[in-house]
Amino acid sequence: MKASIIMATAVVNAYTDPCLPEWMNAPHSTGTSIMACEFNGGVIIGADSRTTTGSYIANRVTDKLTKITDQIYCCRSGSAADTQAIADIVTYHLNFHKMELGEPPLVQTAAAIFRELCYNYRDSLTAGILVAGWDKKNGGQIYSVPIGGMVQRQAVSIGGSGSSYVYGYVDANFKPNMSKEEAISFVTNTLTLAMLRDGSSGGVVRLGVITEQGVERSVVLGDKLPKFYEG
Amino acid sequence: MASVLVPEIPAPGFSFENCQRNAFLAKNGFPAPKATKTGTTIVGIIYADGVILGADTRATENTVVSDKNCQKIHYLAGNMYCCGAGTAADTEMTTQTVASQLELQRLHTGRTVPVETAATLLKRMLFRYQGHIGAALVLGGVDRTGPHIFCIYPHGSVDKLPYATMGSGSLAAMAVFEAGWKPNMNEEEGKKLVRDAIAAGIFNDLGSGSNVDLCVIRSSGPAQYLRTYEEANVKGKKQGSYRYAPGTTAVLKQRIIPLEVESVAVHTVQPMDVEASHSRR
Repeated sequence: MKASIIMATAVVNAYTDPCLPEWMNAPHSTGTSIMACEFNGGVIIGADSRTTTGSYIANRVTDKLTKITDQIYCCRSGSAADTQAIADIVTYHLNFHKMELGEPPLVQTAAAIFRELCYNYRDSLTAGILVAGWDKKNGGQIYSVPIGGMVQRQAVSIGGSGSSYVYGYVDANFKPNMSKEEAISFVTNTLTLAMLRDGSSGGVVRLGVITEQGVERSVVLGDKLPKFYEG
Repeated sequence: MASVLVPEIPAPGFSFENCQRNAFLAKNGFPAPKATKTGTTIVGIIYADGVILGADTRATENTVVSDKNCQKIHYLAGNMYCCGAGTAADTEMTTQTVASQLELQRLHTGRTVPVETAATLLKRMLFRYQGHIGAALVLGGVDRTGPHIFCIYPHGSVDKLPYATMGSGSLAAMAVFEAGWKPNMNEEEGKKLVRDAIAAGIFNDLGSGSNVDLCVIRSSGPAQYLRTYEEANVKGKKQGSYRYAPGTTAVLKQRIIPLEVESVAVHTVQPMDVEASHSRR
C-alpha cells in the first residue's frame, strides 16, 4: 500500500526484514530540495546532494540533475530507484524520437513521456520530477510532474521535502525575466534556505544553466553557500 | 477434458493457490523458513592505479554464525569483481547470472566489457524485482575509461562514488573512509585503508567478523584476489596443557585373564520336498 507522500519518509511497499536494521532495507529516498526557474535566456535548475535511507545518509554528493537530452534535464525527487529507472526510460524514448525527428526533441515531449510513465504506474511509483530545458519552439520551459502523474508548465517550480519551507520565499522573490546572475543567486538562496530547515536535504548545491548554447553545470560547496539567520 | 491426444493446457501466469494455505500455516505458528542473511561489511575504493574491494567473511543466520570463512567478493569478469551483502542466495545468484551475461557480451563484441554495463544489468534486474531480491552490492572494476566503483541497492538505485561501503558494518567502515580516503593513493596506502575499514566492521559490528578478504583490480595487468588477506581474530596460544605423559601414574598390580574361545558348528537337516513336483501354487 502506498504511504502518504512525503519525500523524506517515503517508506513505500517497504520490504522489511528483522535481520537488518531499518536503514538497510528501507527504500532509498532522495528526501530532497529541487528547483527550476525560468530567466530571460533559458532555465536554471538546482538541487541539493543528499540521499537518505532512513536516518543514514547513503550519499552526500548525489547528482539529482539528470540529463535526458543535450538540452533537457530533469530534477529527481522521491524514490531513487524509481526516478533513476524513469529517467533511463525517458532518455531511451527521446533518443529514439530524436533519430526519427532529425532534430532535438521539445521539452513538452519529454514532459509528456514523463507524465505517461508517472501516471500509468502511479500505484507503484514514488516520483516527483521537474522537467526543464530549452527548445527552439518555446525557449526555456519548466514542467512539473508531481506524484499522481499530472503535468503542468510553471515559470518557477520547487519540489521535494525541503520545498514546503520555501514556498513563501519563492513567491516573495521570484520575478519574471530575471538576468542569468539574478536567477542563479535566487535559486542558490532558495535551495540553501530549504537545506537549512529540512533535515533530509543537505550537502552541496548543484546547479545547471540551460540556454540555447547548451548546459553549464556548477557546484556551490557547503562552505561557499550564502549565509542566513542562524539563531 | 484432458486426454492423451488433447492434453490440458496449464493456466498461464503465476499460481497463487498456496498463498492462503501458507498464510494459514504462518498464523498457526509455522512460518516459512528464512533465507540466510549475511550481516556484512563490504567496501570498495578507487586508488591511483585501479580499484580495491574488501569484505569480511562471516555469514549469519539470525544470531548463529553459519559460516566463519565465506567468500563475499564475487567474480563478474576479468576486469570486474562485485562484493555482496544481504541475502546470501540472492547475491550469489545475481552475480552469477550477470557474470554469464557479461561473458556472452565479451564474446559477442570481442572487447573488454565496460563496468557501466555490469552496473546497468544489475540495476535492471534488481529494479524488475522491486526489492524482493535482497542484494546490496559494491561493484568495482576497470575499463578503457578508468577505474569505477558503483553502489547498487536492492531496489535498483545506483550511486557512482570514489569510495563506498555497504552492509550492516557500513557505518563503521564509512567512518574510516571519511577520515582517511584521499585521491590518488598508492597501492600500499589503499590496501591499508581498505583493511582498516573492514577491520572496523569486524570489530564494531555484530553481523561482521572473521577474516579480511581483498581484491585488487589494477588498470595495468590482471586482478589479484587476496583471499584471507588478514586473519583479524587469531586464536591465542594455550599456555598450559592437561595432557599427561605415559607412565605418570604408577601401576600397582597386574592381572591377566585368558579368554578361552570354543566354537560349535550347528547343522540342521532340510527335509526333502516329497510332494509331487507338479503341484502348483
